[in-house]
Amino acid sequence: MTMTTATDHTLSGRVGALLERVRAGREFGANVYSTLDVLQVLYDRVLRITPETADDPDRDRFLLSKGHAVAGYYAVLAAKGFVPVEWLDDQGGPASRLGDHPDRLLVPGVEIGSGSLGHGLGLGVGTALGLRAQGRLDPRVYVLLGDAELDEGSNHEAIAYAGATGLANLTAIVLDNRSASHGWPGGAASRFTVNGWTAATVDGRDHEALHTALTGHDNHRPHVVVAVVTNGE
Amino acid sequence: MRETFIDTMTDLLAEDPRTAVVLADISAAAFGPAAQRHPDRVLNVGIREQLLVGVAGGLALTGLRPVAHSYAPFLVERAYEQIKLDLDHQGAEAVLVSVGASYDRAAAGRTHLGPADVALIDTLTDWTVHVPGHRDEVPALLRAAVAADGSAYLRLSTQSNDMARGNDGSLQVVRDAGPGAPLLVAVGPLLDQALAAVAGLPVTVAYTHRPRPFDIAGLRALAGTEVILVEPYLSGTSARVVGAALADRPHRLLTLGVSRTELRRYGSPEDHTRWHGLDAAGLRRSIDAFLARALV
Repeated sequence: MTMTTATDHTLSGRVGALLERVRAGREFGANVYSTLDVLQVLYDRVLRITPETADDPDRDRFLLSKGHAVAGYYAVLAAKGFVPVEWLDDQGGPASRLGDHPDRLLVPGVEIGSGSLGHGLGLGVGTALGLRAQGRLDPRVYVLLGDAELDEGSNHEAIAYAGATGLANLTAIVLDNRSASHGWPGGAASRFTVNGWTAATVDGRDHEALHTALTGHDNHRPHVVVAVVTNGE
Repeated sequence: MRETFIDTMTDLLAEDPRTAVVLADISAAAFGPAAQRHPDRVLNVGIREQLLVGVAGGLALTGLRPVAHSYAPFLVERAYEQIKLDLDHQGAEAVLVSVGASYDRAAAGRTHLGPADVALIDTLTDWTVHVPGHRDEVPALLRAAVAADGSAYLRLSTQSNDMARGNDGSLQVVRDAGPGAPLLVAVGPLLDQALAAVAGLPVTVAYTHRPRPFDIAGLRALAGTEVILVEPYLSGTSARVVGAALADRPHRLLTLGVSRTELRRYGSPEDHTRWHGLDAAGLRRSIDAFLARALV
């Protein structure tokens, strides 16, 4: 499933440079950096998507639900050729197609417009159901959330339903940077496993561990990967 | 209307593999036979309205034509942000079908009343809104909504006129009082009350079961100076549309519908119709007062 011959190191360097181009001297919060490793592993080694197959009905879907983690997302999309590198300049400006939250109608390769937390998983459940109803059993739906985003009750509607119905073509990824105000005692993964999901909790910086976790679904139940990143940058 | 919807939708599921129904327990038992035949396209998410609309959005993103169904206040009010973001903002389209319009479940109290649904949908862009006045109007409206590309809201009620009317949704003259006569536009199930209200008055009455997009051309062709709107949802919901349509003409507008005040009373739908002044006698009082001022 590897889509590029670039190594982690070179992609990181490329993405890092592109991220600096997006940043343009501004301060970015820890959430931008904590998401980068997961995004790189996904786009490098897991997702079966290319700019050429961005509209293929049998493509994998990646839904960025925590839409504020957008700078690294744009950098990865540019590195992979979904958007021209020049688009990264003046991100958020009056003529830019790249907002502080992504818009699927403005940015090629972006599956959902997000920003208001708690929308991606419901859309992901619907996407997974729609693929299944059309007999498209190969593509997989990946939804990236944050641990604080899990505060939104809409996620728990989706978690319970996807688990109860064994929605096997869905993977949730929770980027856990311990930012939920009241925490998740017992770990974020337990909210999923109690509803019948399989789960893996890994170091969100460890690319091999992330890859193993992100490909660890059993094709019978929905799968969650909790990527723990506790050291900000 | 609800049974007609379920029957027609069950047929549509068999006819068109693009269709899918999303439920939040409401009407799930009635869709049981359809769910057995099409388990991947009749989806009951349980009592989860945010997920109801989110799933509809996701289904649409894969190319299906979702129909999401629940009680009006839960479908439209509780899940409003999902309608705004999971459908419209994604460029994803769905058909929303509600039951329990305004005060169908009057005895259930405020939690089950939903008079603001059409006004909320009207904050969005390019939605078609169907408000049938009789169960026999439902099949054609549902089929047209599902066959179209855009998003539509179909508002079903236990309130009904005595006979089915309507066409493509443009204003249909039911009672013609001649050129320049005051024009009363009745939406959906309030037509019979409106007709009874203007008995003996020189008022033209037109019917529509499609308040959005409102038939602007028809309105401009029929309207004189006085326009009266009778709508079975929040009073004044279509005032902005009529105001904009007639902006270049001197005119007076009376909007009648469900009032904003929470009555905190139970009773029957007929009681609420009367308390909101939407029965024939109440409408007549309002119309008489409105037209009397025109003569001053």
